[in-house]
Amino acid sequence: MNLFIHTLIFIAISGFLLSLIISRHKENNLSLIAWLTPGVSGLVSIIFIAVWLMKGAEPLNIKDLIIFKSSDYEFLLDFYFDKITAVFLTTGAFLTCLIALYSRYYLHRELGYKRFFNTLLLFYLGYNLTIFAGNFETLMIGWEILGISSFLLIAFYRDRYLPVKNAVKVFSIYRIGDVGLLLAMWASHHLWHQNITFSKLNNFELVHTKLLEHSSEGLFISIMLLITASAKSAQLPFSSWLPRAMEGPTPSSAIFYGALSVHIGVFLLLRTWPFLEHQYLIRTLTILLGICTAIIAHFIARVQSSVKSQVAYSSIAQIGIIFIEIALGWENIALIHFITNAFLRTYQLLTSPSMVAYAIREQFYHFKPRSRSIEDSLPKKIENSLYILSIKEWNLDLIMYKYIFGPLKSLGHKLDFLTPKNVFYYFLPLFAVGIAGRYFALIIPQFILEYLPSIWAFTGLIMVLKSFSEKKYPRLAWFLIIMNHCWMALAIIYNEKVDLLEIGLFLSGVILLGITGNAVLQKLKKTEPKHYNLFKYNGHVYEHRKMSFLFFISCLGVMGFPITATFIGEDLIFSHIREHQFLLACINALSYIVGGIALIRLYARLFLGPHAKPFHETALLSS
Amino acid sequence: MKQSNSFTFNEGACLHHLRHYLPAQAPLKDFIHHNTLHAFQEDHFHHALLKANTFFGYQVYLSVNEYQKKYKNGEIKLEVLEKVVERHKKDQFDTWIDKLLSNSESVESTSRIGKLRSYWKSIYHINLDKAIHPLLFRITGSYLDQGVSLWHFPVSKRGFLASVRELESNSYQHFIKGKRARNLLLKTHLKMEQLLEILIGKSELYEQYLFDQQFAHPGWSGMAATLEHKRDSLLHDRRISLHDLICLELLLEIDHLDQAFGENWRPLGSRISQSIPALFSPVKSSEHHQLQILWQEAYEWSYFDQVLIGLCKTSLIAQTNSKASFQAVFCIDDRECSLRRYLEHFEPDCKTFGTAGFFNVAFYFQPRDSDFYTKVCPAPLQPGHLIKESKPEAGEDSGLRKKTVGKSNWLLSQVNDIVAAIKLMFNIIKPTKSTAMVCSFDHMKEDSELTVECKDTQHKHNGLQVGFTLIEMADRVEGLLRTIGLVKDFGAWVYIVGHGASSINNTHYAGYDCGACSGRPGSVNARVFAQMANHKEVRKILRDRNIEIPDHTFFAGCIHDTTRDEIRFYEKDFPEGCNVDLHKTNKQTFEHALSFNARERSRRFVLMNTRKAAEKVHEKVKLRSMALFEPRPELNHATNALCIVGRRSFSQRLFLDRRSFLQSYDYQIDPEGDYLTGIMNAIAPVCGGINLEYYFSKVDNQRLGAGTKLPHNVMGLIGVANGMDGDLRPGLPSQMIEVHDPVRLLVIVEQLPEIVQRAISKEPATKQWFDNNWIHLIAITPDDRKCFRYQNGEFSLYYPADLHVEQCDNVLPVILKSTDSLPVYLMK
Repeated sequence: MNLFIHTLIFIAISGFLLSLIISRHKENNLSLIAWLTPGVSGLVSIIFIAVWLMKGAEPLNIKDLIIFKSSDYEFLLDFYFDKITAVFLTTGAFLTCLIALYSRYYLHRELGYKRFFNTLLLFYLGYNLTIFAGNFETLMIGWEILGISSFLLIAFYRDRYLPVKNAVKVFSIYRIGDVGLLLAMWASHHLWHQNITFSKLNNFELVHTKLLEHSSEGLFISIMLLITASAKSAQLPFSSWLPRAMEGPTPSSAIFYGALSVHIGVFLLLRTWPFLEHQYLIRTLTILLGICTAIIAHFIARVQSSVKSQVAYSSIAQIGIIFIEIALGWENIALIHFITNAFLRTYQLLTSPSMVAYAIREQFYHFKPRSRSIEDSLPKKIENSLYILSIKEWNLDLIMYKYIFGPLKSLGHKLDFLTPKNVFYYFLPLFAVGIAGRYFALIIPQFILEYLPSIWAFTGLIMVLKSFSEKKYPRLAWFLIIMNHCWMALAIIYNEKVDLLEIGLFLSGVILLGITGNAVLQKLKKTEPKHYNLFKYNGHVYEHRKMSFLFFISCLGVMGFPITATFIGEDLIFSHIREHQFLLACINALSYIVGGIALIRLYARLFLGPHAKPFHETALLSS
Repeated sequence: MKQSNSFTFNEGACLHHLRHYLPAQAPLKDFIHHNTLHAFQEDHFHHALLKANTFFGYQVYLSVNEYQKKYKNGEIKLEVLEKVVERHKKDQFDTWIDKLLSNSESVESTSRIGKLRSYWKSIYHINLDKAIHPLLFRITGSYLDQGVSLWHFPVSKRGFLASVRELESNSYQHFIKGKRARNLLLKTHLKMEQLLEILIGKSELYEQYLFDQQFAHPGWSGMAATLEHKRDSLLHDRRISLHDLICLELLLEIDHLDQAFGENWRPLGSRISQSIPALFSPVKSSEHHQLQILWQEAYEWSYFDQVLIGLCKTSLIAQTNSKASFQAVFCIDDRECSLRRYLEHFEPDCKTFGTAGFFNVAFYFQPRDSDFYTKVCPAPLQPGHLIKESKPEAGEDSGLRKKTVGKSNWLLSQVNDIVAAIKLMFNIIKPTKSTAMVCSFDHMKEDSELTVECKDTQHKHNGLQVGFTLIEMADRVEGLLRTIGLVKDFGAWVYIVGHGASSINNTHYAGYDCGACSGRPGSVNARVFAQMANHKEVRKILRDRNIEIPDHTFFAGCIHDTTRDEIRFYEKDFPEGCNVDLHKTNKQTFEHALSFNARERSRRFVLMNTRKAAEKVHEKVKLRSMALFEPRPELNHATNALCIVGRRSFSQRLFLDRRSFLQSYDYQIDPEGDYLTGIMNAIAPVCGGINLEYYFSKVDNQRLGAGTKLPHNVMGLIGVANGMDGDLRPGLPSQMIEVHDPVRLLVIVEQLPEIVQRAISKEPATKQWFDNNWIHLIAITPDDRKCFRYQNGEFSLYYPADLHVEQCDNVLPVILKSTDSLPVYLMK
C-alpha cells in the first residue's frame, strides 16, 4: 500500500521535473507531460482506492523519511491517506488533467506556454503533498509550494501591472494565513511534546485528555488553524483576494481559484477536525464565520457586473456553507459539496466568454425589462446602502490594507535613515552586543535576560518591515532580510543549549542564496543603472531572463522555501521557542511571514511588471 | 483661489475633442471593424502615425528589428528597399541604406500623454489612479451592465450622474466619503469647470488634464463616449455620457485628495513650476521614424510589386463565350478569395463574382419572436426598410432560440449546473454543438418566411417601410448586376452567397461575421436579393432596362459559414420549374471546394495535419468551431492586404493566398465610372477599416489591440477587461492578429486612371482615405496593362521593382507545405 502513495508523489515530482527540461518550443511534449502526469496519477489512484476500499478503507499512515534528527527533535516526512485524501486526490487529478487538456490548445502559441505548464505541474505537486501530508511539517512543504505556484500563475502576464500587483497581494494574504499555521505548529510541538501526526489526532482519548489539561493551548491552536483555513479559502475577512486572483489565463483561474486551491482551507479544516471538533467554541466560531461569509459574499456576488468576480464571490459563499457543514460534523456532505462546487466553478469559468453570446441572444428573443430584485422590497435607503456596500465589497480590500499592511509599512518607515552603506554600522555593533549578551548571560539579571530574545527578534522584525517598505535600495531590502535570519538565530541561542550545527543548518541556505542574490542585484545595478529602484515595477525579466530566474530562486531559498536546509532550520528554530515565550513565537512568525512577502515584492518590483523602458510595447497600467 | 487669466475653458469643445480621440468601439454585440486611429485621418498616414505616437505613445510601426528580420528572411526585398530609399532620400542614398541595415539602437521615445497628471505622484505623492480606477470602473460597469449582475443598479432611469446622485443622497453608505465632494455631487447644477478649478486651478491646463485623465482608461471612456450617441446599442436602456463619467471621476479625485490632505490642499496647477509641453503642439519626425517609414514602405511594396508584376504579365484569360455552368456572387471578403479559387478549379465553367456582402439591399431585419431590429447593411447607411421574418405555417420553434437558462427552483438549477459541468468535460474530449455556441446558420431559420415585397407603402413600423416595392427591388437588382458586370450570359443558377461565422467561447464573435452587414451573417440579404431577382415583375422591369434574365435562370440565396466551411442553400425559396438536378451537381461542387478550402485554411492552424484527405481535415476544422478551448476558430481577415476591383479574369491566374478582397467590376459597362464611385465609397471605409484595425492591433497589441484574449473577463456583456479591476480593452485580441502582416491596403482597379480619379473624387470622405495614403491606390489600364499609382492627389505611371514571380502549375502542394505567408504565384 505504501508503494502507491510513493508512486503518486513520484509521478507528481517527476512530471514537474520533466516539464522543466523540455525545450519551450516543444509545445506538444510539454502539454503531453502536463496532462499525462495528473492523468496517470488519477488512474493509479483509482486502482489504489478500489483496492483500499476492498481492504476496509482503514486510514493509512506512513512514517516515511526522517530528514533531520537531534536529541529532542525530528523532522520527518509523514504521509496519511483516508477518505478525505481520496476525494481530494481524485477530484484534483481529474480536474488538473482536464485543464491540462484544455490548455493544450487554449494556450497554443501563447508566450509562456512552458511556464504555464511548469507552474501547473508545480501546483499539482504542491497539491499532492498537501493532501497526502501526515503531519504539519509535510503539510507545510505542500503549503509553501501552493503559495508560490499561485503567485506565478496570477502573475503569468508579468508584463502588465495589475496581474503583478494582484499576485503580490494574493501572496501576501496567503502568507498572513501561514502565520496561523506556523504558530499552530509551534504550539502543538509543546502541546504534544512530539511530532504529532494527523493520524494521532484521530485518537479520541489522546486528544481529549490533552485538551482537558491544556484547554487554552488547544483553543489557540484551533483559532490559528481556523485563520489559516479562512485565508486560503477566502473566508472573511480575507475574501477580497479571490476575485483579484483571476488574472491568469482562464483555465488557470478555473482550476486554482474556481476548483482546487480555494478549497485547500476546507481540506485543512477537515484534516484537523478530529482535534477541533471537541471544542464547542471553535465549532460555534466556524459556523458564525461560515454564515457571515456566505451572507456577505452572496450580496457582493449579486452586484458584480463582471463574470469572473461574480463566480468568485458565489464560490466564496458556497465555501462558507461548506465551513458550516464541517462545523456541524457533516463531513460527507461537506466532501460532496466540495466536489460539486469545484466542478461547477470550473465549468462556469471555462465557459464565461460564451456569456456574451448566449445572454445577449436570449435577451434579443426574450427581452424582459429588468424585473424587481428581492432587494427592492427593502426600504429604499437600506437597499441603496446595501448596494453601495456590496459594490465596495464591504470594504474588505481596504480593511486588509488599513489594518494589516498599512501599519506594517509605516512601522518599517521608521527605519528610513538606513542605506546599503550605513546599515552595517548599525547592524554589526548591535549584533555583537547580542552575541556578547549570550556569553555573559550569567551576569545579566534574569528579568532582562528573559526579554532579550524577544528584543532581538523584534529588531529583526523591524528590519524586515523596513525591507518590506523600502523604495529606493534593492540591496538594502535584501540585506535586511538576511540579517533578520541572523537576529532570529541570535534570539534562539539565548534560549537553550542550541546546537551550533542546527544554527548552521538554519543559516546555510540563507547565506548561500543570500550571496547569489546579492550578486544578481549588483549585476543588475551595473547593467540597468537607470531602472534600479523599488518605486515602481521595472519589468527586467523582459531583457534579463536568466538573472530573473536566479534571483527568484535566491528569494525562494532565503524565504525558507523547501529547496534548502533552511526550511528545516526554520521549523527547528520554532521548536526551540519555549511554550511560555508566546511573544517571541509571534514575532518570529510575523517576521518570517513578512520576510517572505518582502522578498516577493522585491522580486516583483525589479523583474516583473511593464518594462521600464518605454520603447517596448507596454500595456497601460489600467489594462 | 480664483486666478485671473485670459484663457477660458470651453467644456463642449473639450468634450468634443476628447470624443474625437477616444476609441470608438461599440459594445461587443455590435462590434464592427473601423480604423483604430480614425481621429488622425485628416493627416497624411506617416505624419498621422508620428502624431499618434508622440501624443499618446502608441507603437505605430513594427520595430526596426522586426523589419530587419523580415528583410533577412526575404519578405522585404532589397530591390524594393533600394527603390523606396531612392524615392525618399535620393541625395543620401548610401547613408540611409547603411542606417537601415545596421543595428539600430532602440530609442527611448516619450509620449506626451500623462505628463501633467504624473505630478500628483511626484509632488503630492499620491497615486490617484490606483485608488480611484477600481471603484470608478465598478460603478460605471454596474450602471451599464446588460445582464451579468443579478442585482442591478437600483436607479437607472435617469442619466448616469443623476443616478449616482440619487443613490448617494438616499443611503447610509457612500462612494464619496468626504462632505465637500458629496455636497458637490448633490448639487444638481454641477459644473465640470468648478471641479477642475478645485483640482487644477489653471484653466489653460484643464483640457490637457482631462486628456491625461481619460486616456489613463481609454476603454471605459471610449465606451461612455460611444454609448452617448449610440443608445440603441444597449438593450437595457442606459443614459451615460462622457461628461457624467468625467464629473464622477473628478469628484472621486477631489474626495480622495480631501481624505488624504484635508480640504485645504492647493490645486495642482498652482504647484507646477515647469512648463509642460502642450499635448497637441507640433511634432517632429526623428531619424528613427524615418527609418520606420522606409522599412514600412519597402515591406508593403515588396508584396504589392509582386502582385502588380503578376497582373501586368498575365495575358487575359481568353473570354470564353461558352455559357457559364453557374454563377456565384460572393461577398467581397478576403475569406472568400480561396473558396472562389477552388470552385473555379473544380468547375472551370463556373463564374464567380464579388461584391459587398449586403448585396445592395440595405434594411433592418426583425427575426421572428423578437421585438428588436438589427441592421444588416454597412454601418454608415441608415436604411428605411424593414424585413420581417415570420413562421411558416405550422412551424415550431426549436433549438437555440429557446431559453438557455430556465427559471426553476434553486436545487434543480444546481443539479442542472452539475449536468452542464459533466457535459463540458465531454466537450473537451469531443466537441459538440451546445447552446453556448454562436452559429451563422441560426441567424435566420431555414424554414421561415421573409416579407420581401411591400404592397402598401403606407404600412410602416417605427418609420420603416416593411419590404420593398417592385421599383425599389428592380433598382437594387439592377444596381448590383451592373456593378459586378453580370448583365448577360446568365447560367441556370446564380448563387448569392452571404457569409457568417460560428464560434463558441468567443467574446468577439460579431467581428467574425460580415462587415458589410454590420457584423451579422449575410444570409438574410442573400435570400432577399435572390427573391427579388426571381420575382417575375421585377424581371419585367429589368427587361425594360436592358437586362434580360432568361426564364430558366434562377437565383438562390445561401450562406457560407467561413469557420466551418459549410454552405446552406435556402432551397425552400426555389421557384417551381427550376433545374433541381443541376443544382444538386453544383451543390456537390460547392461541398468539394469547401473541403479543400478548409484544408487550405488549416495550414495556418499549425497543430493540424494538413496532409490528410481534404474531407478529413474538413471534419477537424468543423470541430474547432465547437471547441470551448479553441481561441482561434478561424483567422478572420488576418493577412488581408489587397483589394482588386475588376473582372475576375483580370486576377484569376494569380495565386493571392487569402489576402485579397475581390470586387467584381467590368470597366466596359461603366465608361463614366458611376458604378465605380459606389464601389470605392464602400471599399474605403469597409475594407480600409478592416485593414487598419488589423494593422494597428498588430503593431501595438497592448494599447491599440485587446492583448491576449486568454485572461479576458466579460464586463456587463458590453466589453472585455483583464481581471476584475481592469479597463475595457477595445481592439482585436492577439489571437486574431498574430499571423497578420501589417501592411496597408492596396486597391487595384482595372480602369483608366482618369475615371478612377473621378470616381474617388465625388465623395470627400472617400478621397481623404486615398489622398492621405491610408489606402494605396493603383489603376491598371485595361488594354495595355500599365500601372498608375495615386499619390498626392494624382495618378502617375508606376513601374514595379523587377521581382521574380514564380510560375506554379499546381499550387496545392506548395500551399500545404508552408505555414507562413506565401508569395504570389502565377497559376496555369
